[in-house]
Amino acid sequence: MLSDKDRIFTNLYGRHDWRLAGARARGDWDGTKEILGMGSEWIIDEMKRSGLRGRGGAGFPTGLKWSFMPKTESDRPHYLVVNADEGEPGTCKDRDMLRFDPHKLIEGCLIASFAMKAHACYIYIRGEFYNEASNLQVAIDEAYAAGLIGDNACGSGWKFDLYLHRGAGAYICGEETALIESLEGKKGQPRLKPPFPAGVGLYGCPTTVNNVESIAVAPTILRRGASWFTQFGRPNNTGTKVFCISGNVNKPCNVEESMSIPLKELIDKHCGGVRGGWDNLQAIIPGGASVPVLPKSICDTVLMDFDALRDVRSGLGTAAVMVMDKSVDVVAAISRLSSFYKHESCGQCTPCREGTGWLARVMKRMVKGEATLGEIDTLEQVTYQIEGHTICALGDAAAWPVQGLIRHFRPELERRIRDYRDAKVRDKAA
Amino acid sequence: MSTRSLAKEQPASFAFNADMTALAQRIIAKYPAGRQASAVIPLLDLAQRQEGWVTQPAIEVVAKMLDMAPIRVLEVATFYTMFNLSPVGKTHVQVCTSLSCWLRGSNDVVKACKEKLNIGFGETTADGKFSLAELECSGACVNAPVIQIGDDYFEDVDYASTGKILDAFKRGEKPAHGSAIGRAGAAPAGEAITLTENPAPPPKQDFAAAKAAFEKAKAEAAAKAAAPKP
Repeated sequence: MLSDKDRIFTNLYGRHDWRLAGARARGDWDGTKEILGMGSEWIIDEMKRSGLRGRGGAGFPTGLKWSFMPKTESDRPHYLVVNADEGEPGTCKDRDMLRFDPHKLIEGCLIASFAMKAHACYIYIRGEFYNEASNLQVAIDEAYAAGLIGDNACGSGWKFDLYLHRGAGAYICGEETALIESLEGKKGQPRLKPPFPAGVGLYGCPTTVNNVESIAVAPTILRRGASWFTQFGRPNNTGTKVFCISGNVNKPCNVEESMSIPLKELIDKHCGGVRGGWDNLQAIIPGGASVPVLPKSICDTVLMDFDALRDVRSGLGTAAVMVMDKSVDVVAAISRLSSFYKHESCGQCTPCREGTGWLARVMKRMVKGEATLGEIDTLEQVTYQIEGHTICALGDAAAWPVQGLIRHFRPELERRIRDYRDAKVRDKAA
Repeated sequence: MSTRSLAKEQPASFAFNADMTALAQRIIAKYPAGRQASAVIPLLDLAQRQEGWVTQPAIEVVAKMLDMAPIRVLEVATFYTMFNLSPVGKTHVQVCTSLSCWLRGSNDVVKACKEKLNIGFGETTADGKFSLAELECSGACVNAPVIQIGDDYFEDVDYASTGKILDAFKRGEKPAHGSAIGRAGAAPAGEAITLTENPAPPPKQDFAAAKAAFEKAKAEAAAKAAAPKP
């Protein structure tokens, strides 16, 4: 088990003071000027060497992303935008960083912005997180008052302004280009890439969009060194990570652990095990609603990192582990996710707008078995017509859970269809 | 996608009160000159906080303040689901029924809400005090099931505790939000097994040495690149 001294989020549960004095006592804002003094080249290089992969779901290397920004400032200002539009079902890690460790995020915003030559940063927080936004705004005001950010941030001579922007309830705004559109005051409909935000982003200017966790861990990585961070996890999957374990476990919780921890160990150590014991496990969605479900046989041994979960045709995503025991109707569970994607599709691309509605309708019938056996194949084929045929990944995210269900639980779908048909025949005969 | 449109019955006019006007000016100042349209979501939110819902006159006022075409503001108001396009109750109760909440009994919570308030989703009580809605993932999944009432999350609820919370609201009280079973944030219930020590500042790396190593590696790479190719 990861020891407390190696945890980055030492106030994850809000047991201590979240304000500036408390944050300083836990080591935040310690030597920030020194870190900035190392220069942007060193900062980006150190982030690359830490192996940190973006914590928002896609796992793109953070240091590499930062290096895509233009190296010199031009008449177009640079922007850092922090994605705090958390809302992938199962995921609730950023919420605790925002309300209990806001200064880690603010310090990270300063360092990342400095490294990318941005003088302004916007944090886009989901609208429902009202109390979290209040805490964060208080922390931002404290940082300004203490001179940590502002005209001469930490006495470094760097001018840095940080603004909080609240959204209004649209899951799609977690997609980086939809988030930029929303921040510009439009509907959150994703943009075609290229151009990528590093070239043409917010207000047409070079922009990097990063997840809350990716930015909040940066100061600690730089302070302790990349080699400290790479001690944890497997190569290419380094570091520590906040996992959210929800569903049918005895004690659901958020916990920061080493990457590549076995899934079973994560659940047994931190969550008091699966309800009714490990043998009562039916299936787990290991990385938030958009990744394919895994049956128990795979959960027995799989490691929690990007590569291990990709190898079993699922994904680490946001590391939101949703556990389903044997009492759960797994078809109804996936059907619930299909309804979610239908609700959240932005309506821009036809395959997604029409496809998510179609998937949701057919999945509702599959729950009852009101279908033909051939429709399972049709359902699967339609998911492949959606996947990869849309501007953003929401179409893929809607397709994958259904694909995972068919891949691992096809006999269950077939059984329901037969039972439904047999019941119909019996009714007729009676 | 969710299709939403404005309510048929609309008030004749809308104006921000003095406090909201001051807040709106502070919000607009966050964005670069000429980019004031960025403030459209926050301003619609202010309008909703003042009136309880987003009215057509409010949309027109916001459009004027931000120098936007009213249709662009209407697009935003109908796209984002936090904007109530028709009046809701003074106490707006939203139940999360997404997967993590569903796995931990959100059906019972929905049942408790419907029984206590005697209304269904999308409805408002006759006295206008309560309204009920279904919420797509509130983002507090390890504290499931979750109900959002106004701006506050009530977490780890079940049939019984939901009833108690709603009864308190009915009596005009403001019950404490957060975990109904007394958990600290998203910590596991019961005795803590992690973050048990008082957190101390972590050790720092030797920055001078790190800088020297970085410069050396950079110089070596440059020398290698400059060296004539054999």
